[in-house]
Amino acid sequence: MRVLMFGWEFPPHIAGGLGTACYGMTRGLARNDVDVTFVMPKASGDEDQRFVDVVNASDVEAVFGNVEGGVEDIIDKISFVHIDSNMVPYISPEEYLAYHDEYVKSGKKTWETSDVWSQRYTFSGKYGANLMEEVARYAIIAAQVAKDLEGQFDVIHAHDWLTYFAGIAAKRVSGKPLVVHMHATSFDRGSADNIDTRVYEMERAGMAAADCVIAVSNLTRNIIIEKYNIPADRVVTVHNAVRFEGKENEFLERGVEDKIVTFLGRITYQKGPDYFVEAAAKVLKRVPNVRFVMAGSGDMMNHVIRRVARLGIADRFHFTGFLRGDDVHKMFRLSDVYIMPSVSEPFGISPLEAMRSNVPVIISKQSGVAEVLDYAVKVDYWDVDAMADAIYGLITYPALADMFSKKGLEEVTNLKWNNAAAKIKKIYQEVIDNAK
Amino acid sequence: MKTICLYFQVHQPWRLKTYRFFNMGKDHNYLDDLTNRAIMQKIARQCYLPMNALLLKLIKENNGKFRCSFSLTGTVVEQFRAYAPEVLESFKALAETGCVEFLAETYSHSLAALASKEDFVEQVKLHTAMIKKEFGQKPTAFRNTELIYSDSIGAMVAEMGFKTMLAEGAKHILGWKSPDFVYANAEDQKLRLLLRNYKLSDDIAFRFSNQGWAEYPLTADKYASWLAAENGEVINLFMDYETFGEHQKASTGILDFMKALPKAILEHGDMEFETVSKAAAKHQPVSVLHCPHVMSWADEERDITAWIGNELQNEAFSKLYALKDKVKSLKNADFDYVWNFLQTSDHFYYMATKWLSDGDVHSYFNPYDSSYEAFINYMNVLSDFQIEVEKALAAKKSRKKA
Repeated sequence: MRVLMFGWEFPPHIAGGLGTACYGMTRGLARNDVDVTFVMPKASGDEDQRFVDVVNASDVEAVFGNVEGGVEDIIDKISFVHIDSNMVPYISPEEYLAYHDEYVKSGKKTWETSDVWSQRYTFSGKYGANLMEEVARYAIIAAQVAKDLEGQFDVIHAHDWLTYFAGIAAKRVSGKPLVVHMHATSFDRGSADNIDTRVYEMERAGMAAADCVIAVSNLTRNIIIEKYNIPADRVVTVHNAVRFEGKENEFLERGVEDKIVTFLGRITYQKGPDYFVEAAAKVLKRVPNVRFVMAGSGDMMNHVIRRVARLGIADRFHFTGFLRGDDVHKMFRLSDVYIMPSVSEPFGISPLEAMRSNVPVIISKQSGVAEVLDYAVKVDYWDVDAMADAIYGLITYPALADMFSKKGLEEVTNLKWNNAAAKIKKIYQEVIDNAK
Repeated sequence: MKTICLYFQVHQPWRLKTYRFFNMGKDHNYLDDLTNRAIMQKIARQCYLPMNALLLKLIKENNGKFRCSFSLTGTVVEQFRAYAPEVLESFKALAETGCVEFLAETYSHSLAALASKEDFVEQVKLHTAMIKKEFGQKPTAFRNTELIYSDSIGAMVAEMGFKTMLAEGAKHILGWKSPDFVYANAEDQKLRLLLRNYKLSDDIAFRFSNQGWAEYPLTADKYASWLAAENGEVINLFMDYETFGEHQKASTGILDFMKALPKAILEHGDMEFETVSKAAAKHQPVSVLHCPHVMSWADEERDITAWIGNELQNEAFSKLYALKDKVKSLKNADFDYVWNFLQTSDHFYYMATKWLSDGDVHSYFNPYDSSYEAFINYMNVLSDFQIEVEKALAAKKSRKKA
């Protein structure tokens, strides 16, 4: 079976869970004997006039960067196609416009966004003037790619709304069935009455045109059925999984003796950073020997720093800025408790990564990952008292922490991408059969 | 006879390196040695060495008629010792002429006056001892960090035995009064105040090379005629020493201006140069200066909001001074050293969020991209220092028991 996949960048250059999920999924598919042609956007300089760059499987190592764990076993199964584009995951139409305006004004192609230690962003002026235009332009090139690769794939798989038009275009050109993968919905990014209707329309159009929609959790599946009016029999839940890289539990010398409670993710409204800060202040009133770490960057970072300062806990609440690669693993290994207080989380891979490193986790009930985990403390995101209680318990009672870390590791070990990929393969088979 | 009182502020902070959460508990070197050294050596080359040589020459040429005053912070002297000992030697040569007065201030260019009397007195004592050791003078005049002043700060300074103190000739304090007279502190009238004439001081420090300025180019003769036209008894020209060759590059002609200035002033016949203490002693105070709220020489507002005021600065400030008793009880020179450079006001200046009126000046002196970055970095360093202090205290206690 061969799939043409419209996906996102791979580790170590990732902006969040989407890249990690695509990576794990493609590996899992390769193990299940599915050939993947992976198409991804990549902004390059203006001097490069090629729009599409097909990367040989032998160059795959460069793409994977320093990710270990061996790529030899999947080298024949995955090939890459780079399409020149400014698109990055999670970008909003407003952000895109801001980058474009800045580009027009200054001619700068690369700059850091305004948050502390944030990611470097490359932008090229030869692409669309706004995100919607860019999505359309991307779709036209995707159609060309689909034509060029005609006969080399049986099914199309598109991740995240930005690539849905590309998926639809490829389907029209090739006549092959389309599967779209909902990693998040507009309702997770904004509040229910304040969503971006343009994005909503694209998501809906993508799902309406698809032969099957994959949701990362039942939570997301329900939103898709209720708010997008997609027939329930076309929406299937496939939970994400986690990959072991073999260095989750390498010894790491600890600098500080205090217990460390960690939040790791984009510091945005969706992730609930505020609730973490309030819970931290409550815990610090009771126990002195604990430190809180907020790793990541995002539009709420400065707000959170000010709140921490005003609460007078800045000597016990630390910010690391955006972490990548080894620093992420390091952060997990240094942690005694991991917390994900998301207001809305379609899935949430990061708690699984923490559990991999033997770290007990606290997750919000409003997350998809809560559906697959038993050995995680689950609280409502807004219930800072319960959150503080859970943190206090896990750092104060070793028996509790031990139980969660041991059982949690067992649990997460059974969440394999191979299994998730097998489910996806089954979906591919069904849509291919139905299309005949 | 009108007295011209020139005073130069010499200060460099110890800049912190990028200190991340991962460094905590493992790495206790907080300073960015490379940057500190590079900046010190650059400024020594552009400003300190050529200016000191020029002033020495002017003093010798004028047979004691040219005089000026300096205030050197403890942190800048530490950096001279480490990176530019020849600069320290040239200041000693100036001290030996007898025409240069060295003022007292806080050792770390700190905000201790705003923390507590105890912290303040300790910082001043440290600084006085350093000046005595390096230059053989016991200071009798005082200048507080950034000319931070209020009635009660003045009273503390008087209590420490100083006769004269410097302050800003701020409009909102003086009203219709002129800065060109000697004033007295409101709580202790024995303390004489010299107030900075900010217009004439900034003509040199800020406007000298500004080609859009109506008075550009500024010549020594023109400037001397302005001084001559000024009504008053003492004109206080206070500025950063780095004005000469660093803020205003040598190519602007600032060094030549300074070279010609003494002669141009003395030629008038009714003006003389004096050091701070002597200038204050020469004239009777004309009035008491009421300053119930704290002021400084910084920014348009002439207040202290550049260092204290927003939540980041307040948090860092209170967390720092909460450590004082613990650090003191350790009686350990290594800890005192860190304690001192952490107090430097510049760290708090980097955390300022008021960028509207004086953003240019702020960003010129700021190594960080944002106040938040500055805060995070400072708090990481402070947190590690806190841990080390606690560890050392625990070790000390267990030694005592044994």
